[in-house]
Amino acid sequence: MLTKKYLVKEKDYVNAGKVSSSIKKELKEIGVDESVIRKIAIASYEAEINMIIHANGGEIIFSIDDGIIELVFADTGPGIPNIELALTPGWSTASEKARQMGFGAGMGLVNIKRYSDSFDLKTSTEGTTITLQFKVF
Amino acid sequence: MIIKDLEKLNEFEFLVQGDLNKEIKGCFIGDLLSWVMAKGQPGDAWVTVQAHLNVVAVALLREFACLIICDGASIAEETIEKCKEEEFTLIKTELSAYEVSKVLSKLL
Repeated sequence: MLTKKYLVKEKDYVNAGKVSSSIKKELKEIGVDESVIRKIAIASYEAEINMIIHANGGEIIFSIDDGIIELVFADTGPGIPNIELALTPGWSTASEKARQMGFGAGMGLVNIKRYSDSFDLKTSTEGTTITLQFKVF
Repeated sequence: MIIKDLEKLNEFEFLVQGDLNKEIKGCFIGDLLSWVMAKGQPGDAWVTVQAHLNVVAVALLREFACLIICDGASIAEETIEKCKEEEFTLIKTELSAYEVSKVLSKLL
């Protein structure tokens, strides 16, 4: 089993996507199929961006075990008040600055759910944890 | 077509030259990063007015062929530096996204 932990800083737009790039590199080295890497890259990028835009940063734990890749995105942000709304395509609470940069399309959580094989979201006013699983084969 | 095919055209200014022999397989136009991540395809030339550093991360993650900043949008210095570091081709043009796609569709 391989496990790696990455830290994501709050409002660190400049480095947004860096962790997802590292994870993608890791998956390529292991020899994971391109189509699986694509799904993981999309979901991982969106979740990483969400941590930067909406939460206070947090940590991403990547693990691979027995043909299953798991990604856990844990933040200590304000939580998601209405999960149903947050999962509605096009709905966003992103700031004006984030929108000007092309973030905040309201497709983040939608894409995370769509491209993962298993999606679990736990949220409270103390933070949000998203656990994603992907089948390697 | 390969990236080099655009070099001959006056409308395209190469700010960073990556692998110019890389094939351009298609074109994706978009400024909303989530849409670009989800819908873009590897090998696409990505045409956008977004020119901040983060677009480089998206372009690399999606394995685009190159980045074409259209409409003469101003490009952050750190974007140019990051493209140099990653040896990723960055092109600037005054053409609109539509005009760029017309050029590409003739060459593809």
